[in-house]
Amino acid sequence: MSKKDQKLIFEMSQPGRIGYSLPELDVPRKDAAELLPDGYVREEAPELPEVSELDIMRHYTALSKRNHGVDSGFYPLGSCTMKYNPKINEDIARLDGLAHIHPLQQEETVQGALELMYDLQEHLKEITGMDEVTLQPAAGAHGEWTGLMMIRAFHEANGDFNRTKVIVPDSAHGTNPASAAVAGFETVTVKSGEDGLVDLEDLKRVVDETTAALMLTNPNTLGLFEENILEMAEIIHGVGGKLYYDGANLNAVMSKARPGDMGFDVVHLNLHKTFTGPHGGGGPGSGPVGVKADLMPFLPKPVLVKKDGMYQFDNERPQSIGRVKPFYGNFGINVRAYTYIRSMGPDGLKAVTEYAVLNANYMMRRLAPYFDLPYNRHSKHEFVLSGRRQKKLGVRTLDIAKRLLDFGYHPPTIYFPLNVEECMMIEPTETESKETLDAFIEAMIQIAKEAEETPEVVQEAPHTTVIGRLDETLAARKPVLRYEKEQ
Amino acid sequence: MKHRYLPLTESDKKEMLDAIGVSSIEELFEDIPEKVRFKGTYNLKEAKAEPLLKRELSQLAAKNANNKQYASFLGAGVYDHYAPSIVDHVISRSEFYTAYTPYQPEISQGELQAIFEFQTMICELTGMDVANSSMYDGGTALAEAAMLSAGQTKRKKVLVSETVHPEARDVLRTYAKGQGIEVIEVPYKNGATDLESLNSLVDRDTAAVIVQYPNFFGVVEPLADVEKAAHGEGAMFVVSANPLSLGILTPPGKFGADIVVGDAQPFGIPAQFGGPHCGYFAVTKKLMRKVPGRLVGQTKDEEGQRGFVLTLQAREQHIRRDKATSNICSNQALNALAASVAMTALGKNGVRESAEQNLQKAHFAKEALKQQGVDIVFEAPTFNEFVIRLNKPVKDVNSQLLKQGIIGGYDLGLVYKELKNCMLVAVTEMRTKEEIELFAKEVGEHHE
Ligand SMILES: Cc1ncc(COP(=O)(O)O)c(C=O)c1O
Repeated sequence: MSKKDQKLIFEMSQPGRIGYSLPELDVPRKDAAELLPDGYVREEAPELPEVSELDIMRHYTALSKRNHGVDSGFYPLGSCTMKYNPKINEDIARLDGLAHIHPLQQEETVQGALELMYDLQEHLKEITGMDEVTLQPAAGAHGEWTGLMMIRAFHEANGDFNRTKVIVPDSAHGTNPASAAVAGFETVTVKSGEDGLVDLEDLKRVVDETTAALMLTNPNTLGLFEENILEMAEIIHGVGGKLYYDGANLNAVMSKARPGDMGFDVVHLNLHKTFTGPHGGGGPGSGPVGVKADLMPFLPKPVLVKKDGMYQFDNERPQSIGRVKPFYGNFGINVRAYTYIRSMGPDGLKAVTEYAVLNANYMMRRLAPYFDLPYNRHSKHEFVLSGRRQKKLGVRTLDIAKRLLDFGYHPPTIYFPLNVEECMMIEPTETESKETLDAFIEAMIQIAKEAEETPEVVQEAPHTTVIGRLDETLAARKPVLRYEKEQ
Repeated sequence: MKHRYLPLTESDKKEMLDAIGVSSIEELFEDIPEKVRFKGTYNLKEAKAEPLLKRELSQLAAKNANNKQYASFLGAGVYDHYAPSIVDHVISRSEFYTAYTPYQPEISQGELQAIFEFQTMICELTGMDVANSSMYDGGTALAEAAMLSAGQTKRKKVLVSETVHPEARDVLRTYAKGQGIEVIEVPYKNGATDLESLNSLVDRDTAAVIVQYPNFFGVVEPLADVEKAAHGEGAMFVVSANPLSLGILTPPGKFGADIVVGDAQPFGIPAQFGGPHCGYFAVTKKLMRKVPGRLVGQTKDEEGQRGFVLTLQAREQHIRRDKATSNICSNQALNALAASVAMTALGKNGVRESAEQNLQKAHFAKEALKQQGVDIVFEAPTFNEFVIRLNKPVKDVNSQLLKQGIIGGYDLGLVYKELKNCMLVAVTEMRTKEEIELFAKEVGEHHE
């Protein structure tokens, strides 16, 4: 990576240059002013770039070189499950019969697509232990909101309008309380105990007949399995609430425990984590939701059904929460997830979880002598370390993260979850080899040593990237959110 | 278990277990209570080897009629447009598609800069000051616009025109339920929002007036009049716009829109059975700090070199939790990149030419259908879609068209009771004169 400014595409623009190839208009051309109302024909052209095709390719190739993906190197970003994104998935998703079909075509012309969706739903039902699955939500947060809206509809259908609260642990991902708010609930936080698990006494204290649901990630965001899950389910169900499973961490328990068997009523999955939908630099994802039978009437419309050997969409769902997204979800991501599940099979999925957990525990044990380990027990697919010890030396977790960049690694998730000081959340995933883990461990050990001996090396990192640490305060104080042509 | 995605060997496993101090992988799962343990293996289809799976799924895909093989006159929110080859080549660079959200700016400058450019292009097309990095799709973006309006105006009622995409209105209603927002539909007249009804419905409790441009029937809505109605009562003026149409139509920003949303699918994003597409969200400067989702901003490093970061994050869920402006986290970044590449390839001239061709070809198709004796339902000026009335069910006509290699238009009777036997026809720059003539002839024949 060279330390050089990469011009904006707008700065490369030259009047008269083109990068497109449209056929000549083969119908008579009329004056646009004749076809459109007065005042509705655009006068000033939008300032889009004028560049050649090679300009475009060079520009984006240069940009890609300034970006780190899983294919570039190790990416142990906790809670994000940055595993390998298989290439067959990309090929399948680009087949004409899957990429170039319109969502409003008549059903008989898209039976193959519907069959794939249906079979994916069946697979996800088995994997989660739920009774029905909808593929509509576009991402995890969207799934959370969809699930909560269903819980709300369930309570209301029972004439129960006072369930205004959703409980979330202090270790919960930010989308949990945010989704609860969008669904119209108030959030109540339940504390984690010394052991990193939800404090049962605190949970008993916060639940009552106004509790609509408890949202839980299991294993939680510390990578710890909530062992008291059955007691928690009892507490919530005891007051008539529902138990919601944030499935972002399913990679830790596939084939070992199913949310449906743990007492969960609603589950969302992030197909862009466990099921290899590529993250795309921030999306698109897919966040299917699974429910138990008593919530099925509230599923979003339309519901995919199989009738007389034909797949079709059922819109006659009087108790449905309604539509949550135009059309049927992020089909293209669902195709990739389906391809992955079919590539792994049941034995493969079991091995995925086993190796993900083995990799995490191995790294945790090898790093434990050098960093603080707040929870000394087996982790699941990820674990947290605390940079407390290094902080005393004047080296913050942020510095450690930046120093890792010099070794060619994407750093772990940092400062999350919020209940661990100077937190580093590390998730290696099962697709990484022992050699990769060992090399990363060595880098971390070296950084721990540097923190003691030459702290400035860590404090001033990164040293090798195309750009140094950026002034985020300036960005927020004087926001420049678009390019403006200099006059 | 040997698998190409799973590199651990038997000796790796043994060494790792020794380092952990356990004798089996199973021991690592002992914290899962016996009662909830899943024993055995999932009852799923067995793993399939790469070549066999490829064959199976290719055969499955071949069961679907696709718009590479058929000439499509189906739009209704999802369009068959020119997608320059370069788009897929760029988004196939795995430094982009295998990356997460750019949380570490030093190694994510590529993505951040690409989004910054996307934001700029959306601002240019819509005529707005600020655009975010993307939303899930046009429908949820519209719902978010309604929620932003309610929050901003502290009012709890939104007016949405019946000419807004029916599925987007459905999504809006679902979100509105969660937020306790009342949604009132404004009827249409001659294919556009009925201004008289709008003026009588809008009042000091109205948070937003929402219209689509061009609307679901393809008609160019009278934005200037809608703006007056909305702002006259202090409501937000929200426009859902097809961004490609803005190559030739006066942008909503010029008409004083407060929020412009829509879907960038027309720019290089395949139909993919409805998703993933790419919602966009643009606002005036005044609303900058109320925008949902991620924003990329320009800044400098210690040496003064230009760089890009995620900014104004105090709006977002990971900081504000239940007080965030939205719950969105993952968005549609890769599709925003695709749209950026397509917008760049078209550029200043191509976007105009493409929009112009849509306008011209749709107009040509309208005339050709008229000549076949087919009724054009609304006289009002349209962009690349319009409504025709048939004297038999649209479904039957479409089945006949399919035999001629044509995917027919959308059956409006499915949602608009008064438009029974009416078809929404989309004609993009992809349709040749011959295809249009064949379509007109076939529709004319089955019409009689
Ligand atoms: C634990 C957890 N829950 C929810 C989410 C939200 O998922 P998404 O980004 O797909 O909306 C994430 C991912 O960011 C997560 O890690």
